Amino acid sequence: MSSIDAVEQDNTFNIAKVRQDFPILDQKVKGKPLIYLDNAATTQKPQIVIDAINQFYNTNNANVHRGAHTLSDNATELFENARSSVQGFIHAKHAHEIVWTRGTTEAINTIASGLAQSFLKPGDEIIISAMEHHANIVPWQVAAQQSGAKLVVAPINEKGELNFSIYKTLLNKNTAVVAMTHVSNTLGTINQVKEIVQSAQQVNAITVIDGAQAIGHGFVDVQDLNCDFYVFSGHKLFGPTGIGVLYGKEAHLEQLPPFQTGGEMIKTVTFQQSTWNELPYKFEAGTPNIAGAIGLAAAIDYVNSIDRVGAIAHEQRLTNYCSALANSMDDIRIYGTAENKTAIFSFLIGDTHPSDVGTLLNQQGIAVRTGHHCTMPLMNELGISGTVRASFSMYNTEEEVAKLFAALTKLRTFL
Amino acid sequence: MTKLSIARLSESPFGSKIKSGDIKDTLSFFDDWEDRYRYIIDLGKELPTVPVSYRTDENLIVGCQSQVWLICEYDEINNMLLMAVDSEAQIVKGLAAIVLSAFNKSTPQAVTDFNIDAFFTDIDLFSHLSSMRGNGLRAMVKKILHIAKQYS
Repeated sequence: MSSIDAVEQDNTFNIAKVRQDFPILDQKVKGKPLIYLDNAATTQKPQIVIDAINQFYNTNNANVHRGAHTLSDNATELFENARSSVQGFIHAKHAHEIVWTRGTTEAINTIASGLAQSFLKPGDEIIISAMEHHANIVPWQVAAQQSGAKLVVAPINEKGELNFSIYKTLLNKNTAVVAMTHVSNTLGTINQVKEIVQSAQQVNAITVIDGAQAIGHGFVDVQDLNCDFYVFSGHKLFGPTGIGVLYGKEAHLEQLPPFQTGGEMIKTVTFQQSTWNELPYKFEAGTPNIAGAIGLAAAIDYVNSIDRVGAIAHEQRLTNYCSALANSMDDIRIYGTAENKTAIFSFLIGDTHPSDVGTLLNQQGIAVRTGHHCTMPLMNELGISGTVRASFSMYNTEEEVAKLFAALTKLRTFL
Repeated sequence: MTKLSIARLSESPFGSKIKSGDIKDTLSFFDDWEDRYRYIIDLGKELPTVPVSYRTDENLIVGCQSQVWLICEYDEINNMLLMAVDSEAQIVKGLAAIVLSAFNKSTPQAVTDFNIDAFFTDIDLFSHLSSMRGNGLRAMVKKILHIAKQYS
């Protein structure tokens, strides 16, 4: 893919080597080898990310964009290189279309709050889908309340896929915004973002894509998707927490008012009024998460250095294996059976409670998430209060999938 | 709710036949996690089911992963706190039973005096209260202590 920097790539995906790059994986929990299956919550960090953050604080720490001295120049260069790194990774047209945020949630809040102030009006409609997580619901609810716009929910089918024909019927001249997830954090469904965006553009709606669960599992090309905004968190891409990305097309970012104000984001300040700095600094009030941005750039370098196509194929094998083992289990119910899905498995077993399953898996060294996964409206749609979620990353193995199912079989003797 | 109903609701071995010391002793016998968790699940089964009519929003303690219903009232005549608890999750219900072994049918003063943190550390099930945030048990303990303080 054209967006990938010309970094040396292994020609084959070497799972043993990849696992060695993540020091945290080599440990025991409750006396058993750790099996980390909570990757949709956060991914682990390779050594080079940890080293990059350490090295920054050991050798280059200074504030950015205030360069009266060498360290500040170094920090600024690393920080802006990190921005270019993200630009390349998602194939944005310009580096100034990459805005640093704390994560996906802050990025969506920046967009929703800005649009509520400057763009949305009574009678406008904001379309989200039934599979959104709270971060892509609540900011739009608030924006709707503030502007008099209406929140419209596009339904999903029984497989957990967006019901595309109904979605299309919901689009109309009042549709101002379409905000949807690229990949569902609960169901694993991969949405057909390009088609969603194309349809939205026919009614001139602004498109916002939540890439939190997509960014760590495949190629993202924002120009190809042609969405107006794309957001994600660094920590779901093997980077540190507290750093995220708001991508917006230049024209849209120019029109969006700042979310926070203060230092760094201004051009001129008098006691009477202030003018805003140019893109992207208009949205970056205060001292940014410099080490976080540098850590994220190291994570991108890492992802670019491995065989990404091989990694995707490996995750697909894990998904298939997981489905096969689930199919051979009597009383397991999988939530999310989309044709096109990532390695996220939400399930319930018999009449057991997810919390009990999670606790007993933890006793066997297996880390999963249980509960509503910050998708309470989706849980209501499914008529359940929560699930057990096993979410895989490229460093998980087929042996770990087999151990998960062995552990599930064992815990049935308890519950 | 009348005092009679809470007296009936709170009829369980916890706090009378099974006290916190008994639980500590039993848990210390087990070498592996399987026996410990089978025991915890069995303890939960000794707690009567709280009828649906008592599963009100007022009695609900919402956790991120599971929810707990707690009814806790002061019996003035006998100067003791009476408690009933239930959860959809079996392990959480067992853990709640362990909390009741320390608190149920005790005087408000005894409840506030009891070192619950030390008890949890001794039984080695939760390193500290904050690790129980997700399952509602932490909020349950907080609610019991809040009520106890009103009468102690």
